[in-house]
Amino acid sequence: MQANSSFHQLKAGLDEGKFTCVDIVNHYLKNIHQKNDELNAFLTIYEQEALDRAAEIDTKIANKSAGKLAGLVVGLKDVLCYQDHPLNCGSKILDDFHSQFSATCVERLLAEDAIIIGRNNCDEFAMGSSCENSAFGPVKNADNTSRVPGGSSGGSAVAVQSDMCTISLGTDTGGSVRQPASFCNVIGLKPTYSRISRHGLAAYASTFDTIGIFSNSIEDAALILETIAGEDEHDSTVSTEKVPEFSRMLAFDGKVKVAYLKETLESPALNEEVKEAVVSIGEKLKAEGHQVDEVSFPLMEYALPTYYILTTAEASSNLSRYDGVKYGFRIDKPRNLESMYKKTRTQGFGHEVFRRIMLGTFVLSASYHDAYYIKAQKVRRLIKNQLEELFKEYDFVLLPTAPSTAFELGAKTSDPMEMYLADLFTVQASVAGAPAISIPIAKDSDGMSIGLQVMTKVFAEDKLLAFSKYLLEAK
Amino acid sequence: MNIDSETLQKIAHLARLELDASHEGQMKKDLEEILEWVDKLNELDTDGIEPLTNMSFEVNSLREDKVTEPLSQERGLRNAPDKEGDYFKVPKVLE
Repeated sequence: MQANSSFHQLKAGLDEGKFTCVDIVNHYLKNIHQKNDELNAFLTIYEQEALDRAAEIDTKIANKSAGKLAGLVVGLKDVLCYQDHPLNCGSKILDDFHSQFSATCVERLLAEDAIIIGRNNCDEFAMGSSCENSAFGPVKNADNTSRVPGGSSGGSAVAVQSDMCTISLGTDTGGSVRQPASFCNVIGLKPTYSRISRHGLAAYASTFDTIGIFSNSIEDAALILETIAGEDEHDSTVSTEKVPEFSRMLAFDGKVKVAYLKETLESPALNEEVKEAVVSIGEKLKAEGHQVDEVSFPLMEYALPTYYILTTAEASSNLSRYDGVKYGFRIDKPRNLESMYKKTRTQGFGHEVFRRIMLGTFVLSASYHDAYYIKAQKVRRLIKNQLEELFKEYDFVLLPTAPSTAFELGAKTSDPMEMYLADLFTVQASVAGAPAISIPIAKDSDGMSIGLQVMTKVFAEDKLLAFSKYLLEAK
Repeated sequence: MNIDSETLQKIAHLARLELDASHEGQMKKDLEEILEWVDKLNELDTDGIEPLTNMSFEVNSLREDKVTEPLSQERGLRNAPDKEGDYFKVPKVLE
């Protein structure tokens, strides 16, 4: 079995009888045993269970009754419920919690005979850009273990990067799939807001949270998306838009109109090598006869502040459920109910979560509600409208996924503002609800991966995936 | 934006968090810095703009009103830090 195989390659091997599902699981388990102590990408490994399930699926394959994902091995970010398996959201406050049901996306993978191999480490409640905010220790980048993997879905990114599973599911609220994908040399897809049901996802910011996919190939991202997307009676926000067979729509043909955003390329935060890599892709597209223009998106600089006001507000509300009453951690011998709430939450949450709940409560408090929260909701509409205007003219927007490549562990932990800038170029799509993908296009002089972000209009994932495949083949 | 100690403590109480005096300074600094940065939004004229409150594309998402058992009582109580019989148990509310 080849390292970092796509599911298509695995399926070919299974079809030819070169190996079995049990062999595939053993291959990943070997890598996990060798590397996970250092990388900390998995919090729990479902070893025996994965092997047993693989043997069952091998029988199904022999009987020709296997689902379309037979042989696919999956890692789940520690915010996605998998029935009777532990879930901590990277936090102490969910101590000893076991999911009572499975998330819809997990159910749909299982129904097609995918194998879940374990639970991936992440920033606490998905709040962070470096995977240093987990109560279970930081995750490390497999390309250089002194560097961060990005966040918040860092464990899921590293699991695919270091060949511990075929694909993994993460969540992207402001860049939490795309930015770690960029840092870890893998593909990271954030579909349109509401494309995938969030039933069984521990909520962070409900008008932003989107389940996303890490993979080694565009074909895999397409196949997983078409499997898990679509209507769900358990989620009233999920889109009823038809889910096409993305994996059969990957042929790219014709000429497209592509925009660069002046504000991203001229940003003082942007690393020179990242800039060069992104610009060179544009040059190649021009040479192939596509139209590539530099356009201005004047509202770009307002996307990140808008994001922080709205997500912290929503988080302060969503995280009020962690109070020590129904599940998770509770302090010993509470004096009374209010003290139990306060002490449980204060001891249970880490610094970043604490800070964001404080900020969110502040912007929602009566005196400041209009000045911050309502203001940000108005600006959000302006940003969404401006992006929709842009997509009337252009098929795709190209931008760096992150301002830099993976940075050193500890480099940004003391300054929250500095850390927030890691999401500078990913929040725009999140604020507008648009689909975006990060694909690895180059390495910097230290050998760290550079990601290109491609964005398009809502529900146009078919075109986004086909164009990304073309870009990866052309680079 | 200047946040005084009283406001900080009020916010902490609303969020059911305890902010002890030794952490007040750092929290004040962090929040003030972030709020100063987000004040940038005031550069934009948003008069007459309707706030965008919901990102879902669905309108009136309805489903059948049928009886199901999504979560059994036994499963629902399984993660409880403290329980008695069929109930979650918490410290006394009324003295």
